[in-house]
Amino acid sequence: MVIEKGKKKKIYTGLKRSTRIIRNLTLIIPAAILILMIIVALFADLGWIGLPDIGLAPQDPNATHPRDKLLPPSFMEGGKSDYFLGTDRLGRDLFSRVIYGARVSLSVSLIVIFITALIGTILGILSGYKGGRADAFIMRVTDVALSFPGLLLAMLLWVAIGPGYWTVVLALSVLGWAGYARMIRGESLRIRESDFVAQAQVVGATTWRVMFKHIFPNIVNSLIVIMTLQIGMMILAEAALSFLGLGITAPTASWGSIVADGRTELDRAWWISAFPGICIGLVVMAGNFLGDWIRDKLDPRLRQL
Amino acid sequence: MSNIVLQVEDLHTSFFTRAGEVKAVDGVSFFVREGETFGIVGESGCGKSVTGLSILRLLPEPSGQVTKGKIILEGKNLLELSKKTMRAYRGKMISMILQDPMTSLNPVYTIGDQISESVRLHQDLPENMVEGEVISALRLLRIPDPEVRTREYPFQLSGGMRQRVVGAIAMSCRPRLLIADEPTTALDATIQAQYLALFEDIQVKTNVAIIFITHDFGVISRICDRVGVMYAGKILETAPTRDIFKAPKHPYTAALISSVPQLDKKDEKLFSIEGQPPSLLHLPPGCRFQPRCTVAMDICKEQEPPEVKLDENHSVSCWRVK
Amino acid sequence: MADVLLEVRNIVKHYPVTRGLLQRTVGWVRAVDGVSFTVEDGKTLSLVGESGAGKTTIAKQILLLEKLTSGNIIFQGKDIYKYSAAELKRDYRPKVQTVQQNPWSSMNPRMRVRDVVGEPIFVNAKLAKKEVYENVGKLLNQVGIDPEGMNRYPHEFSGGQRQRIAVARAMALHPELLILDEPVSALDVSIRAQIMNLLKDLQTEFNLSYIVIAHNLATVRYMSHSVAIMYLGQLVEYGESEALFNNPLHPYTKALISASQLTLPEDAKDSSKQIILSGEMPSPLNPPAGCRFHTRCTEVMDICSKEIPEMKTIGTQQVKCHHYT
Repeated sequence: MVIEKGKKKKIYTGLKRSTRIIRNLTLIIPAAILILMIIVALFADLGWIGLPDIGLAPQDPNATHPRDKLLPPSFMEGGKSDYFLGTDRLGRDLFSRVIYGARVSLSVSLIVIFITALIGTILGILSGYKGGRADAFIMRVTDVALSFPGLLLAMLLWVAIGPGYWTVVLALSVLGWAGYARMIRGESLRIRESDFVAQAQVVGATTWRVMFKHIFPNIVNSLIVIMTLQIGMMILAEAALSFLGLGITAPTASWGSIVADGRTELDRAWWISAFPGICIGLVVMAGNFLGDWIRDKLDPRLRQL
Repeated sequence: MSNIVLQVEDLHTSFFTRAGEVKAVDGVSFFVREGETFGIVGESGCGKSVTGLSILRLLPEPSGQVTKGKIILEGKNLLELSKKTMRAYRGKMISMILQDPMTSLNPVYTIGDQISESVRLHQDLPENMVEGEVISALRLLRIPDPEVRTREYPFQLSGGMRQRVVGAIAMSCRPRLLIADEPTTALDATIQAQYLALFEDIQVKTNVAIIFITHDFGVISRICDRVGVMYAGKILETAPTRDIFKAPKHPYTAALISSVPQLDKKDEKLFSIEGQPPSLLHLPPGCRFQPRCTVAMDICKEQEPPEVKLDENHSVSCWRVK
Repeated sequence: MADVLLEVRNIVKHYPVTRGLLQRTVGWVRAVDGVSFTVEDGKTLSLVGESGAGKTTIAKQILLLEKLTSGNIIFQGKDIYKYSAAELKRDYRPKVQTVQQNPWSSMNPRMRVRDVVGEPIFVNAKLAKKEVYENVGKLLNQVGIDPEGMNRYPHEFSGGQRQRIAVARAMALHPELLILDEPVSALDVSIRAQIMNLLKDLQTEFNLSYIVIAHNLATVRYMSHSVAIMYLGQLVEYGESEALFNNPLHPYTKALISASQLTLPEDAKDSSKQIILSGEMPSPLNPPAGCRFHTRCTEVMDICSKEIPEMKTIGTQQVKCHHYT
């Protein structure tokens, strides 16, 4: 570059260094948190690969120790080294419960996201591409699903089929697909008007082919963003249900149910609610940051030169 | 000869990207006289629009920067003005018309609001005279029923009318220089003819100097007095319009003109220039047109040809021209 | 005279305009309003007109992307609305293909070139992948693209190359009629000639028929054997290309030709040479009474606003104008 009369000119070489570092941190930290949580959940014990005696959880999460009730975390005064994060009302090891809770909370969240995204995508593409009566019908059902009170549905299901892991999954899935359907329909409507879709119709491609070869690959980006943002939402939803007693039931630990357990002891043993609460917060935040990061990466309008 | 309004000397504009420095404008010089229309013609990516943006100092900062050269408007180098003075210059001294009439008007304000905004910004007028100024700007662009139009919104107008309103905004402060970047590309043929006739009319009335940026030789032939043919960041030939069409000196100009189908000639086969314009990141050595040139010599591959002045108005950068 | 490949007979497309909560129909947009023309074997017909004239709607009707409101489209002697679904898939669709205007949007950005060009074959023939890709290689060769490039994505190619790829795709099913919708207007000046020459070469080699949709008359003249000029959903003039350009009859044709000529500034000052129309094309929702062009015509007479002119044959041309009755 020519520099005139010794005048210094700043050379632009993409983003500022500090901006780039922050960008990268917003990927690395949340991704690390999520991966760590998933590893913790998977390796709470290795019973599922035939090694029930090895695992990250130091104790059986449901084993009670009547003599060690409401002990504070080991790093605090009065804590015992056996119980890293202390114990609850029944003397159960809080650390082990939080680890096992990760398994329940994360798996509920991921299963629900998978189910709802699948249903929502199929209905959304169908609705957007086919239009007409199919569209009108699907969209009315979507409206109902979006306006139906989720809590009421959870209670109805709780009464009808009883509490449990799969009740929670069902309660979150039955209405959860609607958001996806609406978003995917909008995208499909836009892509349906593309020249390349007309081109596919001209060569005689079937509806299914157009939907899955042409429309779907072009909405995958948006879908991934929404799914990532939903990780946090679903963990919160599961926690809320469990907290209200409509979700995972005792003695199984989920982050939400541990928070609920600790509620009555809040003045004497704050740690019971605090640690699973922090976990929920971390994962929700990580999911949101990661979702934002992916969206920025995939959106060409936000992409830098 | 009338006064020179704008003189651009050895302008270099680069974009700094991750892939490296893109020299979008690489040593461009030209001038425009009062009441004259200077055309810049070239293919997409040749740097013609960037030249326009450089003059207005509206490059997307910080990635795009003028790295060298002078842009002298009525004796003042625009590149040395403060940002504030430059802002006052824009609209008042220089204004611009862009290609897309759909996006250059704000949909939530009336036509009158948008023109009077520019009038108030640049002219120290008592409030009761603003409306008169707005209407006279609409009249200048021959917009029918200007009193009614001032109260209408952009969506109520057709594409051609909208482009006239954009023209009215640009001309509302009687600038000395108007930069028109493909203003007729989005318009239909008969509407385009109307719009171009309008340009000539405006020029006669206001004596404004116009830089007309386009890829369309039909438009060039119609309204430009002189033309600069741009290729990969450089003007290869500058000449009066008639010479460009009847006696082009640069092989690129000649090839481009003969590859445009013309109504009154019917050839069995069109002349076509093989290959594509080079990437600005990897310019060929020597003359930038050399890889596609049918009459390239050895020296063309080694050294960049200097600009040769044939007469006051005609200059060419080609080793074949002496 | 060559055989007629496709005949369009009095086709019409009206779109309802609805308003209010109950979607009451308050009017009809007459996008295409009684258009007839024929396309001969191995020849090119151009449809010319400004935006909103109905050219693209006609293309969509022929490509079966839009239904006819009324009229007939006759392909190889048979009305296409009388084909069964299976016959359409076998005897019509593959034979009528299209190249669109914008080579950036006409290809799925997430498909490789081999799948873009191969798609028509995948959809219509049960061939193994390997065979399809072999065909794709041949097709790409035909349009001047290195077959090695088939594993890349469309965005890795320039506009001109992408338009070549689009032509290769249109050729994949050995069509008889190609509908070229502004095939060069999105391309750079120096690339346009390459594509136009390619299309002409392919026409001679494979005896293809073309319907070219364009607004640039110079392009049209270079490409076509016959020309149909459209205004507000109707043909105003139709005839052999040479005759029509040498002796335009309709005032609108004259204005279009005047607008498309390369006119040097010195010549333009002589205003008798240039016809500049006033006003703009009226809305097809509410076309003017009488001759649809009378609101902008430079040679308008009293009768023009009252009576609708009929199509008259003069020599090899047909024209719809009161000056010729």
